[in-house]
Amino acid sequence: MFLERWLNQLRATLTFDVDEASADRYRILRRNLVVLMAVVTLVPLVLMAAINYYEYRKVLSHELASPLRNIVSKTKHSFELFIAERKSAVSFIGRAYGYQELADPQRLNHIFRAVKQEFSGFVDLGLIDARGVQVNYVGPYDLKGKDYSDQNWFHEVHIRGTFVSDVFLGYRRFPHVVIAVEQMTPEGARWVLRATLDTQMFNELIASMGLDPDSDAFLINTDGVFQTPSRFYGAVLEKCPLGVPPVSYQATVIPALDPSGRPVFIAYAHFVHPNFILMAVKPQADLLRAWTTLKSELVVLFVGGTSVIFFIVYWLTGVLVRKVREADERREAAYQDMQHHHKLSSIGRLAAGVAHEINNPLAIINEKAGLMRDLLQRVPDFPYREKFETLIVAILNSVDRCRNITHRLLGFARRMDVQIEVLDVNEVLQEVLGFLEKEALYRNIDLQLNLAPTLSRIASDRGQLQQVFLNILNNAFAAVPDGGRVVVRTWDADGDRVGVSIQDNGHGMSPETLRHIFEPFFTTKKGSGTGLGLPITYGIVKKLGGCIEVQSEEGRGSTFTVYLPKKSPSLEEGGIFG
Amino acid sequence: MEMFRVLLVDDEREFVTTLGERLEIRGLTVRIAYDGPEALQALEAEPFDVVVLDVRMPGLSGLEILKRMKTSRPDVPIILLTGHSATRDGIEGMRLGAFDYLMKPIDIDRLLEKMREAVLGRTSTPAGGD
Repeated sequence: MFLERWLNQLRATLTFDVDEASADRYRILRRNLVVLMAVVTLVPLVLMAAINYYEYRKVLSHELASPLRNIVSKTKHSFELFIAERKSAVSFIGRAYGYQELADPQRLNHIFRAVKQEFSGFVDLGLIDARGVQVNYVGPYDLKGKDYSDQNWFHEVHIRGTFVSDVFLGYRRFPHVVIAVEQMTPEGARWVLRATLDTQMFNELIASMGLDPDSDAFLINTDGVFQTPSRFYGAVLEKCPLGVPPVSYQATVIPALDPSGRPVFIAYAHFVHPNFILMAVKPQADLLRAWTTLKSELVVLFVGGTSVIFFIVYWLTGVLVRKVREADERREAAYQDMQHHHKLSSIGRLAAGVAHEINNPLAIINEKAGLMRDLLQRVPDFPYREKFETLIVAILNSVDRCRNITHRLLGFARRMDVQIEVLDVNEVLQEVLGFLEKEALYRNIDLQLNLAPTLSRIASDRGQLQQVFLNILNNAFAAVPDGGRVVVRTWDADGDRVGVSIQDNGHGMSPETLRHIFEPFFTTKKGSGTGLGLPITYGIVKKLGGCIEVQSEEGRGSTFTVYLPKKSPSLEEGGIFG
Repeated sequence: MEMFRVLLVDDEREFVTTLGERLEIRGLTVRIAYDGPEALQALEAEPFDVVVLDVRMPGLSGLEILKRMKTSRPDVPIILLTGHSATRDGIEGMRLGAFDYLMKPIDIDRLLEKMREAVLGRTSTPAGGD
């Protein structure tokens, strides 16, 4: 339904009423075509470009983020290894020495020194009995005898066997973690070996990631609290403003906005135990620099391509519309020509019919009046002789006038036998001008001849041409005032035709008159013209395979131009009006 | 000299009778025929100096009559009358042997002149009748 309506609208934009005489219609057609073709060609291009853009961007982001993911993954393993190592060291001490030995302060002191030499980060070491009391301790504080029985980690180590704490600030305001391992005496009594580590090593591990100055990496716990200091987002034990990412033990990269509104990629990985999350933050701008370059190339390519397409569409449409317009105009001209010809031929047939019908009764009137005159002459003493003589002469004169009219009508419609001969148009013109020389002299008309001396000879009908030139010259003489000017020119128009122009500086014609001059019975010579001169001229010129053009301006004069073919026209059978 | 014997052939009675009367006033001997068969019959039966024949007639056409007359009496000159777009009929008639053609309405003096030309042209030969 909707599609149908849309298609109808589309059709409407491409077509218009044939009768619509709007001068804008070709402009509108061109605009519609340009829009439609541009849409048809550019929409798929735009879609392709958009899809490519997003797909490529996705792939590129993935590719660019993978080094970040790798380094997070590797560092996470280093952390896990570090913690596991420390945990097994504590566990090993517990198993290797046993409760009794570790309870000896000197012994514990000795072991602690050895451990500290082998493993960095150990701060103290303590032995806690089943009741939670620290029975032996080596380290910088005096914690011997401290009771841990009500602390969470003590219960947890009992449940899980080992325990690694979150980072906390110890008495020296340094971040620490605690590792505790539960052991059993042979008698079955529980005891716990507890070591404190400073987190200097954590910082070193993070530093070893070798990040850019505008990037950041840190550990948080699952509550979102910093376990190591961050370059941009806060100190140890502060809340991380980036929040806690969803659980993933694989290194994962997500895009995000940091608190300052900077678009960043966050790479992170959860630890299985303890509840740490390693996070690396890198500004997107860094990673996408290559992408930005590519993007601008893409944009240039797209804009360039689009312009080229649009230009071609616009140009092609222009050519197309111009062709359509020319075809329309040619068709229109041919149609008018045909219409005119048709009109002339119908009027010609009608005139012939009318003339024939009138000629017979006219002949009767003529004879009757003639007889009356004959009889009158035989009666010399008829009383009204003078009067009757006048009446009969009037009748005969009227018959004469009618005869002239009908004979001209018949001449107009007459079938002509064209006799083609090779002739010189200049010569024909000279002959015709011979008829008019006296009038030109008498009326002081300036008759200028501008005849091409090398004019090609043409194959045509001398008699018909004489009539053509005589008709046009008669009109020119009628149009100019005494002392006016008539210019006759001949020239080789092109390869196939010669041109003859007859120009006068007479009263000229209005555009309205100009439209009708080749129609039969149209005349401006009131009373004296039959309105058949130019239609006959037109018919003859057409018959001879030529064409006739008129230019005229009111008050300035007229120019009749006749083009005649050099080669004999193929004559169709029939009269000048078909 | 104008005592020609004329055969007028035309179906338009009003025209041909009046024309005949006028020619008689001028001293000619006139015989009128209103159609082709009658005209051919008259030509067979009587001697004529000249025939005036209308080209357009119902039944046998003027040109057909002309052809037959030229067959039976090739020595009698024939002047054609044409009532309409006549030139081609006239020329065709001339080709078939007519002496000349005139277009209706005719001028009687011109007709007489043509007759004179036709008959004198003929009478200049020894075969002349008067």
